[in-house]
Amino acid sequence: MAGWAHHLIIAPILLPLVAGALLAVYDERRQFLKGLINLFSTLANLAIAITLLQLADSDAPGIYLLGNWPAPFGIVLVLDRLSAMMILLTAVLATASLFFSMARWHTVGHHFHTLFQFLVMGVNGAFLTGDLFNLFVFFEVMLASSYGLLLHGSGPRRVQASLHYVVVNLTAAFFFLVGVALIYGVTGTLNMADLATRIPTLAAENKVLLEVGAAILAMAFLVKAAMWPLGFWLLSAYPAAAPPVAAIFAILSKVGLYALLRLRPLLFGSEAGDVAGYGATLLFAGGLATIGFGILGVLASQAMTRIASFSLMISSGTVLAAIGLSDPQVTGGALFYLASSTLTISAFFLLIELIERGQNPGADLIAVTAEAMGAEPDEEDAATDGGMGFPGTLALLGACFAACALLLIGLPPLSGFVAKLALLAALFAPASEGAAAGISAASWAFIVLLLLSGVATLMTLSRVGIRAFWAPVDAVAPRILAVEVAPVVALLLLTLVLAVKGGTAMRYMEETARSVLSPSSYVEDVLSAPRVPPAKAGLQ
Amino acid sequence: MALLLALSIGILAGSGVWLLLRPRTYQVVIGLSLCAFAVNLFIFSMGRLRSGAPPILASTTGTLAGYADPVPQALVLTAIVIGFATTALLLVVLLAARGFTGTDHVDGQER
Repeated sequence: MAGWAHHLIIAPILLPLVAGALLAVYDERRQFLKGLINLFSTLANLAIAITLLQLADSDAPGIYLLGNWPAPFGIVLVLDRLSAMMILLTAVLATASLFFSMARWHTVGHHFHTLFQFLVMGVNGAFLTGDLFNLFVFFEVMLASSYGLLLHGSGPRRVQASLHYVVVNLTAAFFFLVGVALIYGVTGTLNMADLATRIPTLAAENKVLLEVGAAILAMAFLVKAAMWPLGFWLLSAYPAAAPPVAAIFAILSKVGLYALLRLRPLLFGSEAGDVAGYGATLLFAGGLATIGFGILGVLASQAMTRIASFSLMISSGTVLAAIGLSDPQVTGGALFYLASSTLTISAFFLLIELIERGQNPGADLIAVTAEAMGAEPDEEDAATDGGMGFPGTLALLGACFAACALLLIGLPPLSGFVAKLALLAALFAPASEGAAAGISAASWAFIVLLLLSGVATLMTLSRVGIRAFWAPVDAVAPRILAVEVAPVVALLLLTLVLAVKGGTAMRYMEETARSVLSPSSYVEDVLSAPRVPPAKAGLQ
Repeated sequence: MALLLALSIGILAGSGVWLLLRPRTYQVVIGLSLCAFAVNLFIFSMGRLRSGAPPILASTTGTLAGYADPVPQALVLTAIVIGFATTALLLVVLLAARGFTGTDHVDGQER
């Protein structure tokens, strides 16, 4: 990775920053122009993410020294397989969500496009940075824009949900700061790679402080990842959010999971001396509890948005439990599951709005809001007449719903099945413990909960599906634009691609898991990253 | 000095958490601010307590032992800015919630 390609590493942060700042200049009457800028930036970001994924698929991570300061002193950006994969996932969700919002949602409030770009910037930055405090800053960029986006569209329900969401996340930010400060106080560094080299040499009396710091830091990530009992905020926030916002929010909980997956092997990996493996049991148990809570919630829910939120918790719990096991095979399966379930849940949030538009009297209310914002009301009028949708709308929505259900349950032929199969196969054949050890009780619990979550989702989604598509006698086909249903179909097709290209994808995921769980080469590469020589610096 | 600092952090954090758990939105905002003060002082203390030690090198002679650690000070500055901005945002949300529900209860209704 040399020359201009090396500078691409910072592009996923700079591009949304510049686009977001530019968008803030134009006022709300220039909606078309703003949409165009946002679309250009989002598509360019997608192209960059794909290029970065190809660049990252090697054993040497790309290191970008900001300001040309050598590694432990300046802030570094690190592009390895894991961060490249997460950035691509973000870019895909952003593209789908943006196309969906273009039909009507981007006009129901102010500064949608600006906040959207800053959210993408924060998420990308969190995935790229190799510095603990810089991670906090990007977390806050991401959260501040998410507060604005959650409020997008206004209304009592959103404001109420936002109030809780903001307070919970501000409190989590304090945990983040206290954790970072404790870790800095003990080790004297904030660079993640440098931390990994200093922790084995810590004095014994400081190790307790390090563990306390790491536990407090993990609280912030676990709140974001919605681990039971820290994740109740998710259930009021996500269903209240505007659908395209909820669709992009599906990546936010993954940022918490990413941070845990990245930091745990670095801080408490096998080379960390007598603090190695700290917190593994808690993460595993917390993951299982989250899956259990998600199962109960899915079974008890009536509204589809709540089912989607509980599915998100199940998906978080599954990845958390896998992180707790820290086995390369299981983590590989979990990463595949993470990609598949994020795409699915994002598509599901978009689809729910389309389905409910036919049944929901609240659809009129949105039209009124749009009118107040100066949007053309003629399309919305036609929507209330009913029957104007293109033929087969309901059939198409039904097919999409069935695909979502298959993915969430984990049935063939889509990628949900491959993901669960990979997880179960890894759990049934533990590689790290030796063949003679057999399957541990913990693995059995994980397997049972994983299968139970599929059964619970199957029961709930068939009940809801029958009520939405088969039972209504006066079914009104909602009027839906092609640009609204296209992102849903595209996301679902992507999961099909993931399933068809399962071998390639699994190879990538397993190599990701291997390099994340044994980070010695990551540490060496970051700390020995060469600076740009002064003479050449003028040219670049 | 250490005892004084520890006591102030403890009192600030304690009052902050107590207010955070109160039912009125304004109390929650003040609680968050107090917690923010406590956290900022805590970060500051992680650079070790020194008095009269400059954080910036004045000359190339002497040892680093004569200087304070500048990193926690930079961290505190960042944390203050971010905390200030998010608290301001929370105040706007608070006012909006008050306008929509007609009450300042955090759940939007008196129980």
